Amino acid sequence: MTEIQAGRGAAVAAASGDSQVPAIELDGVVKEYQAQGEVVQAVKGVSLSIAEGEFFSMLGPSGCGKTTTMRMIAGFEDPSRGTVRLHGQDVTDVPPNKRDVNMVFQSYALFPHMSVWENVAFGLRRRRVPAQEIKNRVGAILEIVDLTGREKRRPREMSGGQQQRVALARALVNNPRALLLDEPLGALDLKLRQAMQMELKRIQREVGITFVYVTHDQNEALTMSDRIAVMNDGLVEQLAGPREIYERPATTFVAGFIGTSNLLSGTAERVDGGTALLRVGERGRVLVPVGDDVRQGGAVEVTVRPEKIRISVEEPAADVSAVPGTVAEVVYLGTYNSYAVNLAGGAEFTVFEQNASNSDITAERGASVWLSWQPQHSYAIGS
Amino acid sequence: MRRRIAPYLLVLPGGLWLIAFLVVPLVFMASVSTQEGDIVNGFAQTFRFANFADALTEYRTQFLRSAGYGLAGTVLTIALAYPVAYWIAFKAGRRKSTYLLLVLLPFFVSFVLRTVSWKFLLADDGILLQPLKSAGLLAQDFHVLQTTAAVVGGLTYNYLPFMVLPIYVALERVDPRVVEASQDLYASRLTSFTKVVLPLSLPGVFAGVLMTFVPMTADYVNAAILGGPANTMIGNIIQTEYLVNNDYPAGAALSFTLMAAMLIGIFVYARALGTENVLEAAAR
Ligand SMILES: Nc1ncnc2c1ncn2[C@@H]1O[C@H](COP(=O)(O)OP(=O)(O)O)[C@@H](O)[C@H]1O
Ligand SMILES: [Mg+2]
Repeated sequence: MTEIQAGRGAAVAAASGDSQVPAIELDGVVKEYQAQGEVVQAVKGVSLSIAEGEFFSMLGPSGCGKTTTMRMIAGFEDPSRGTVRLHGQDVTDVPPNKRDVNMVFQSYALFPHMSVWENVAFGLRRRRVPAQEIKNRVGAILEIVDLTGREKRRPREMSGGQQQRVALARALVNNPRALLLDEPLGALDLKLRQAMQMELKRIQREVGITFVYVTHDQNEALTMSDRIAVMNDGLVEQLAGPREIYERPATTFVAGFIGTSNLLSGTAERVDGGTALLRVGERGRVLVPVGDDVRQGGAVEVTVRPEKIRISVEEPAADVSAVPGTVAEVVYLGTYNSYAVNLAGGAEFTVFEQNASNSDITAERGASVWLSWQPQHSYAIGS
Repeated sequence: MRRRIAPYLLVLPGGLWLIAFLVVPLVFMASVSTQEGDIVNGFAQTFRFANFADALTEYRTQFLRSAGYGLAGTVLTIALAYPVAYWIAFKAGRRKSTYLLLVLLPFFVSFVLRTVSWKFLLADDGILLQPLKSAGLLAQDFHVLQTTAAVVGGLTYNYLPFMVLPIYVALERVDPRVVEASQDLYASRLTSFTKVVLPLSLPGVFAGVLMTFVPMTADYVNAAILGGPANTMIGNIIQTEYLVNNDYPAGAALSFTLMAAMLIGIFVYARALGTENVLEAAAR
């Protein structure tokens, strides 16, 4: 424990002279593969900058280029174009064994012929750390990941969760300046996964290392990260904090990928004071804050989260957004109900409503209802 | 009841085959090995165990030579097969099966025919040595045949695929991510090989050793075709005792001694490797 902190302290002290320098920078990074004579762009130009000590997530559907991006940071893939910088230093042509970052593989990739202890000591031995220090540091890190007493086990004699922690310890013990984790919890069941999420977050706070975390699970990214890069088809769609990603998705893709989101498109009938008015069907009206780029007559896409919407039988007051519709489905989900509502304009909305103790289900299937929400709870995508 | 019988029924054809063509002759040979007599007057069972001692003392040299050739051949086979298997497993890309087939291709031709071709190629006045001798590059009395090198070379050549295949299979099974993990943990390419790839492929090498050392040591074709009188192996002696001298008890005693030596050797070898000591040593 003390060794870990001492080692970390030294590294931080060394870096603190220019603490503004980002831990990791990608500059216009492109990765092309040759597949059956065709050029496939796995990563189509990613630029981002990850701060020292940050918990940074890359989130996106399978095949969007997360792993490829991470492998370029680790040095396993050479970018076709662009630059990778670690702590201000251009490492684009530096092999992985000379980069001061460590990776936790999706499949763990533990050395099957070595004991837990030997797995964890591998990196330190390669760096010719004195035997006594290796002993102390391996012991300390195994304590952090709660594997003390399992040193002699082989990876195959351990559960998935334990193997996961060995993989984590094997990377962390080297005091890397950044830790890269590629869907580290992907193979675990839900309960273990949630426990490990807390655990990872705790460890990250404790050791203060930059974490780059790849996941396709939006909840995981939202709960753990300082910032998230939402990726799609080899590009970063949005890079922001979890709250902003959730509440202000920058693109329809992000809105669709993060949580359940409702999308509505229409034409701005009027724009004034940064608010646009949209007509939906004959009676529906939507007020939404927009940027300067939206003019009268322009197309606007609006997103609003299901939990921000109210459902009522009477027409709501004029200062809120309100659209009539027909209830298509009601699902009782314990603490709340989920409604699927077909709107007058043709869109289909999901609405979550809390089950207050005195309220029955507001509307039955087939009922005509009004959906309403505060204009500031909806966003025009891309503005 | 039926379900208990079924497994035995499955074993039956193969089992009968083994009993008829392996166990019966073995028992017969075991009985011959302690008999006395000659081909003209016939052999009689006298339980003369001294046949074994006689055989062993008389042909001690050939026994040791066979073990030596087998060992040398095995070591050479590993040295040649490992790089080939490594290259096919990691560098051959989508052509893997083509190259594997190429390794096996010569073995669609009979063992004896291939060895005879070597004899033809390496003959003193053959197509390889003759031109070199005429050009004065080699001494007139230079020869390859009838030497230890020729026999060990023949053995190595003939058993190469039995080493390439198991090593290839073991290398194929090494997870590339595990190799990357070692590089991520600061191992150079060489260290990554010695600490990860090599230890993980050792089971393939061990299997290959078993599949080459045993038949090489018992081989008689290579010594007969490529070797001379000074290269006689125990297999040749057994053949001579049976087919030339018609001394069946001596031949049987030699065969059993060879078999026992092999079995003990394999047992010791398996015991030494069966534990994970080797791997643990490799992990350091
Ligand atoms: N070695 C490769 N050769 C060809 N195509 C590849 C290779 N690696 C990845 N790809 C392609 O690049 C895209 C991105 O892959 P990847 O980075 O693994 O995505 P993710 O990790 O987000 O699921 C995929 O379409 C994948 O098929
Ligand atoms: Mg991936």
